[in-house]
Amino acid sequence: MTSETLKTLMGYIAGLIFGLGLAVSGMTDPARVLGFLDLFGAWDPTLMFVLGGAVATNFIGYRLVLRRPNPVFGEHFHLPTRQDLDGRLIGGAALFGIGWGLSGYCPGPAFASIAGLTGPLLAMLVTMVVGWFLARAVLASR
Amino acid sequence: MDWSSSLQGLAGGILIGLSATWLMATLGRIAGISGIIGNLVTARPKGDSAWRVAFLLGLISGPVVLLLLGGGLGNVAGSPGEVVGAPAGGVPLMLVAGLLVGLGTGLGSGCTSGHGVCGLSRLSMRSLVATLTFLVAAIVTVFVVRHVIGGGA
Repeated sequence: MTSETLKTLMGYIAGLIFGLGLAVSGMTDPARVLGFLDLFGAWDPTLMFVLGGAVATNFIGYRLVLRRPNPVFGEHFHLPTRQDLDGRLIGGAALFGIGWGLSGYCPGPAFASIAGLTGPLLAMLVTMVVGWFLARAVLASR
Repeated sequence: MDWSSSLQGLAGGILIGLSATWLMATLGRIAGISGIIGNLVTARPKGDSAWRVAFLLGLISGPVVLLLLGGGLGNVAGSPGEVVGAPAGGVPLMLVAGLLVGLGTGLGSGCTSGHGVCGLSRLSMRSLVATLTFLVAAIVTVFVVRHVIGGGA
């Protein structure tokens, strides 16, 4: 196999495990997500266990992996370097939170739920892509 | 409390963490869905797109594998074993929600996976602030929709 094929395969495996994780944990169910966000209703703690399990696992994983000089199939690690807090980060996160609270879908579960595609989900996927183009245009105009 | 749902959440979360570690170990990339797919569709970066397409296909095929196994490994609220839950609203609501999620994650450089799972694992201050911001915004939104407009439904 060429290294390009191997890279592509590694990407597929990562996506597959991610999708399995979202499905096993119930994050492909907006009701579970909204149940977590509804602190003043019948609170559903599932998302806390998902995020906790993911961060704890990846915290250890990153510490082991980032000791190496470079990734197995790449030239270097692509790590964000910015440290500053700006309005774009906080304003963007706030807009995202409103959309997440309205729908119960963040980008991962929205795409992973294509297995059970519905009209409303398709509508959301389309405008999510439109939103990405809009954000790109906004950032390019500055 | 429903412990079996929580345990499935924990198991799924560990898988998500392993996926993020795997992507960093093999390709040196952050497993942020909005970054991976958003850059793919808006920029189609030359020589840097194949793994993104493969990741997206993997992401979609994860739940498909569970459905094919048919063993009831999903965790849909109220129907244990089902894999994909129903949308929370109709097309008009989801059109608005999608636009906000796309624009917000584009401007804010990440979503629940990039800032939440990966950023928090790196102890990034930007990701911590972003994660707290979108959590609070989402909690307030659900409060308004369910308890102010919806009258506590």
